[in-house]
Amino acid sequence: MSEIPVTHILFVSTALFFIGMYGLFTRRNMITMLMAIELILNSVNINFVVFNKYLYPEKLDGLFFTIFIITIAAAEAAVAIAIIINLYRSHHSIDVEDATEMKY
Amino acid sequence: MIKDFFILLKQELTVTIILFILLFIKIGVKEMPARIVLNIINALLFLNLLAGFLFIRAGSLFGDMFQTSELISFEKNLLNLGTLIISLQSYHWLKNHKHALEFYMLMLSTLLGMFFMISSNNLLMLYLGLELSTIPLAALANFDLEKRRSSEAAFKMIISSAFSSGLLLFGISLVYGIHGSLNFAILAQGYSASPLGLFSFILLLAGLGFKISAVPFHLWTADVYEGAPVPVTSYLSVISKGAIFFVLVSLLYNVFGNISDTWYHMVFVLSVLTMIVGNLFALRQQNMKRFLAYSSIAQVGFILIGISGQSSAGSSSVIFFILIYLFSNLGAFGIVSLVSSVTGKEDIDDFRGFYQTNPLLSWVLAISLFSLAGIPPTAGFFGKFFLLLAGAGKGNYIWITIAALNMVLSLYYYLRVIRALFMEKQEQPIPKINAGWSPKIAMIICVGGIIVTGLFSGGYTYIHSFFIK
Repeated sequence: MSEIPVTHILFVSTALFFIGMYGLFTRRNMITMLMAIELILNSVNINFVVFNKYLYPEKLDGLFFTIFIITIAAAEAAVAIAIIINLYRSHHSIDVEDATEMKY
Repeated sequence: MIKDFFILLKQELTVTIILFILLFIKIGVKEMPARIVLNIINALLFLNLLAGFLFIRAGSLFGDMFQTSELISFEKNLLNLGTLIISLQSYHWLKNHKHALEFYMLMLSTLLGMFFMISSNNLLMLYLGLELSTIPLAALANFDLEKRRSSEAAFKMIISSAFSSGLLLFGISLVYGIHGSLNFAILAQGYSASPLGLFSFILLLAGLGFKISAVPFHLWTADVYEGAPVPVTSYLSVISKGAIFFVLVSLLYNVFGNISDTWYHMVFVLSVLTMIVGNLFALRQQNMKRFLAYSSIAQVGFILIGISGQSSAGSSSVIFFILIYLFSNLGAFGIVSLVSSVTGKEDIDDFRGFYQTNPLLSWVLAISLFSLAGIPPTAGFFGKFFLLLAGAGKGNYIWITIAALNMVLSLYYYLRVIRALFMEKQEQPIPKINAGWSPKIAMIICVGGIIVTGLFSGGYTYIHSFFIK
């Protein structure tokens, strides 16, 4: 069984990164924007794991980094969702177009 | 071994101990009155500042992930001082707030994150410190729970900081792919201007550019500064930005020293854009916090000139300027915070006739604004002077000319506020404000700092001596 080449996986992770970026810029729903950010962070995770497995199998730095990213992403999502709930109480909406009291 | 641990980590440990003390006060059975709690916290922060000056030693911990030196201890002391000043200033706002203790817990955890970030010698540590110092800040921005603007600011902040750390992480992952290591020393040896190396550097710079709010990554700044409570705004604009600058200097000089010719041009473009856009937008602001936000963006452009110097003079001028910027910006924010928490007014027009009712406060605000504008003999002049001098060492006189023109432009909007304070009148000016002793101490520290660092040149020599050894 032949191994999947490293470029294929890097292609997936880069595509995931830009899909996340596109989602962040085009979506108007706050929760969806948060999901787009998770996509970006997961593409980074894939990168770290791939580099660790294919290029530096004797080291563990990349795997450790992945674990930390997952943990911090969870903390970030928790704070962001708390803020969104608070915003929903005052705006009665989670659409970013409604949260535009301050401009320019 | 264990003694090393306690001495090298002492500043982080004192902050952690204060955090635990606050936690115990919070869950304690007896409800304490807010005034006593605030005074206890101020005393603790003062002790924290004093403890920072004891037992300073250089060394590294955790398998070379964490390093400290005299310079790094000095930078941490600066951040401690700024936190103490902000804590003194926010007395009026917090004494009626139900969650004063949570405010301090969140603020001190961000301070802890900044300490680890400054001390990092490894990209993993850098990332952890950065996140620990930004996620609680978003919660802090939402601290006026019932105000819509506050939540809006917090949402904008968490989304933009999450996106920027996403960019930063993608850059770090590519750096790891190239070198197979995250240690700064190993990266510095082999960093080259290969296409992948440049791409990852651009991502890293963009991620950090968001945090220092350099143009074109500045769009979140004004909204967050306006919506967040004033003490949080001043914390964001001084402490958090200062910490990122310390890290940026050490990253650019130590890790990316090999490609310094390349990043010089990037920093040039960033700096010119930042100065011009920050100044032009500051001209048309009516809200005091928004105005200070754009003025702080413009200051970032000047700091970037100092960074481009690529010498010991460059890094010491940046640290010296941040010391001065801390005093002047906190002086200005202190008055705005006081007026906002007592009367709820934040517009520049509300400050008309302020001199007739509050002459002393007007003078503090005027001196701080003069220092921000860079008028001698205030310290701001010398800060900008050393920055431009360090930048001019590279011989890029176009850049220096643009900076000088921008300083003239910035005088317009600083003087506009001063004119409103002293010369204009309105029927119902802000009534006389009784500041109370703790904001007064903060004002004395700020004005004293501005004048003393301006008149006695020892500060710069002291900071420069760290780099000569």
